[in-house]
Amino acid sequence: MTAILAINALCLSFGGQKVLDDVSLSVQPGERLALLGHNGAGKSTLFKTVLGFLRPSSGTVAVAGHAPGSNAAREAVNYLPEVVSFQRNLSGREVLSYFSGLRGTPKAEVSDLLARVGLLDAADRAVGAYSKGMRQRLGLAQALIGAPRLLLLDEPTSGLDPVSRHEFYEVIADAAARGSAVLLSSHGLEEVQDKTDRIAILARGRLKAEGTLAELAQEAGLPTTIRISAKPGAADDLHGEFGGRRINGCRLDLDCAQGAKVDLLARLGQHQDRLRDIEICPPGLTDIYRHFSRMGPTEDQI
Amino acid sequence: MSTRIGTVFGQELRQARRNLWVILATAVLGLFALALALFGAGQGSDLKVDVLTLTAVSLATLSVYLIPLIALLMSYDSISGEVERGSLALTFATPVRRWEVFVGKFLAQTVAVCVAILIAFGTVGCIIGFLAEISGDGVLAWLRLMLSAGGLGAIFVGIGLMLSALTGRTARAAAAAVGVWLLLVVLYDVALLGAIMAAGEGIFATHVFPWLVIANPADAFRLYNLAMIDAAPVAGIDGLSQTLPFPPVAALAALGLWLVATIAIGSARTKRIVP
Repeated sequence: MTAILAINALCLSFGGQKVLDDVSLSVQPGERLALLGHNGAGKSTLFKTVLGFLRPSSGTVAVAGHAPGSNAAREAVNYLPEVVSFQRNLSGREVLSYFSGLRGTPKAEVSDLLARVGLLDAADRAVGAYSKGMRQRLGLAQALIGAPRLLLLDEPTSGLDPVSRHEFYEVIADAAARGSAVLLSSHGLEEVQDKTDRIAILARGRLKAEGTLAELAQEAGLPTTIRISAKPGAADDLHGEFGGRRINGCRLDLDCAQGAKVDLLARLGQHQDRLRDIEICPPGLTDIYRHFSRMGPTEDQI
Repeated sequence: MSTRIGTVFGQELRQARRNLWVILATAVLGLFALALALFGAGQGSDLKVDVLTLTAVSLATLSVYLIPLIALLMSYDSISGEVERGSLALTFATPVRRWEVFVGKFLAQTVAVCVAILIAFGTVGCIIGFLAEISGDGVLAWLRLMLSAGGLGAIFVGIGLMLSALTGRTARAAAAAVGVWLLLVVLYDVALLGAIMAAGEGIFATHVFPWLVIANPADAFRLYNLAMIDAAPVAGIDGLSQTLPFPPVAALAALGLWLVATIAIGSARTKRIVP
């Protein structure tokens, strides 16, 4: 299957500073790829390059096989920017009719789209009276016009409440099921967990990791933390035997590689009389994300 | 292509209507025209010229200030404002061509200005027709005024949009629009008058000066309207209208050149905007 979006060794500099550095990515039809990164990691710049607004310093971008920004590429791609404000005095229906006209799709589609994002009741009200969530949903509806082959969603759910966020991802999943390739950006792994097929982590313009969440967790190889509460007076002995970090008078944190977990617990079992409680904390999504986004070229060796 | 331009056109025209630009422009132009008409009616009988002709002359002079101002106000924010709000990024991400966006906006705002002119001047023309005796020449002068005023509005809509595309920022576009208005409508005449006083009679006055006058769209508009009226009571630079080295229609050609230039530069510049 050919990729709808193929980015190869993309570099982009602003005034001598590399904003994107050797980024390679591809998205297949029906696939959802989440692009994670901090503010300023280069996510929006990447989107603007795919749209043809910015020219790469080197490397290539192909949208459905065409140069970004070319007429054929713009036919294939639909975009929802991070910050979007529609003309306040137009109704939601008028906004969608406008974009539908620019894309040359039948006007009959507009009502269907409004229904898909749950805005049919508010369709004829002025956008200025919409809540933030409604404006964002209108933005999504706009991005779904004409069955897009590639959907670019720049932080589509930032500032949405959990319920709207969930509904948002349902609409995105529906679009992917209809064959759209989806590239969306986000701040955190928790948000895109189970909502996307693959995850790419971008930090300071470099792609740090790419794969499914399970692959990322495995690659990160982060230790599980075993948190021990000792009985009074026993903490020092346990610290002497197992090492680890003393948290306070009676608590001790032990880091443990994935494979050694059972073994360590068995050893701890022998000191049952000195233990009050054991808590097992596997690495969380935040830890995985932090691991990759912090991993610089120098930290690699550690 | 036509659908996309039509879509941009429809959207912009709706905006102009909802922002009350059309109503505001119509009211301002109508009130000024009516005031001049009543003033003209007061003295028309003394000058042996019909009120319509007299009002057309004074309205031509006033329109030079008002119409560029209205057109610039309507257009200066149109592209830069959308860049700042982020809505242009959405438009540019669609298959619409950049020049189609520029042309669509231009056409819509030109129509908005022209509708305001037609309603305002048309109504006042009819009022004069009811109140005073009018001649065929007067009606012709009035029609010429309305049409050329539409052209003047179109040029300054083009200039405003061009500045909006060139600057890409609303604050800078506003400053540029005010600057251009002052330069073309006010300072240019003052500078030309100074130059002709300094140069006196000679090659400059007969061969260079007239061309400098029609090089400015505002002056070209006024010159065209005054030169076509024999009986116009004129003074200053406008006195030139009776001693032109070229037919008055040449002034219209100058207006046409301005129109083509602003649209060409604006469209080309719109292609290079990073939204």
